[in-house]
Amino acid sequence: MNAGALFFAVFLACAVEAVEATTIVLAVGTTREWRSTARGVFAGLIVLAAVVAALGPALSALPLQSLRLVVGGLLLIFGLQWLRKAVLRASGYKALHDEAEIFQEQVAAAQTAPREHRAGVGDWYAFTLAFKGVLLEGLEVAFIALTFGSNQHDIPLAAIAAAAAVVVVTAVGFAIRAPLARVPENGMKFVVGVMLCAFGTFWGAEGAGAAWPGSDAALLVLVPAIALYALAMVAMLRQLRQRREQRTVEPVREAVPS
Amino acid sequence: MRRLKAFGHFWYDFVVGDDWRIAAVVAVALAITWGLSRSTPHTWWVMPLAVAIVLPVSVWQVVRKQR
Repeated sequence: MNAGALFFAVFLACAVEAVEATTIVLAVGTTREWRSTARGVFAGLIVLAAVVAALGPALSALPLQSLRLVVGGLLLIFGLQWLRKAVLRASGYKALHDEAEIFQEQVAAAQTAPREHRAGVGDWYAFTLAFKGVLLEGLEVAFIALTFGSNQHDIPLAAIAAAAAVVVVTAVGFAIRAPLARVPENGMKFVVGVMLCAFGTFWGAEGAGAAWPGSDAALLVLVPAIALYALAMVAMLRQLRQRREQRTVEPVREAVPS
Repeated sequence: MRRLKAFGHFWYDFVVGDDWRIAAVVAVALAITWGLSRSTPHTWWVMPLAVAIVLPVSVWQVVRKQR
């Protein structure tokens, strides 16, 4: 895996998470109060920095084989969860992830929640929502950047890619002051799911002592193979759904006299 | 105790997610790879096989519920 591929993989994965965090922060900030929201974001970033400061050196200290076993396994579990949702969304069995709709839901919830002054924070609701949004999405960003970076012995590059994704998404989000609904998030999640699955499979197997034919070149087969497999599943599920819909329409037609 | 439970629940949700079968199959596949690798290094096929099995099974669980 070269530096460009590492940067691209981390950037794309982190951009998806950053879009979700930006939607939450924008919804809370615009409907409640920016000061408490900003404090929540700041507090979330501090906790996140502490987690990264503790996890980063711990991951770097692990022997490479153990690191690949643990990280590969976790990445594969993450990737399979992402890909599973992406396949279900693409085939119509799960609602598409719609940032505009999520933004509206957050706005509606923020408008009805009572205002409460607590621990020196003017609006506790805005603070906690921004804090949780940044921390939860940020943990995934940190995990992806740390695992990819430590496996490739290039945590600084992975950190730059993660930071670049967060800065670009945040800047665009705040520039338009609206949810990033035009970002092809569902497609990006599909791609990220495929990448996490491929790298998780590769590193997990290596960590468990397996040798891949062609060494790193095996990834060039794994990535398209998993993508094609997932796309084939989408195609089959769409067909199944269409057939089911036809079956439910036909009895209705028969029941209606012509 | 409640906070400890919430903390544990958060990490379970974060790592295992919606379908525990995925985490279980990945763990078993890694263990099989590790076990087989003690006698031969040509055990790379175990993990892709696990992916090929668990992904459709996990997806099908959701599809079946909607039938």
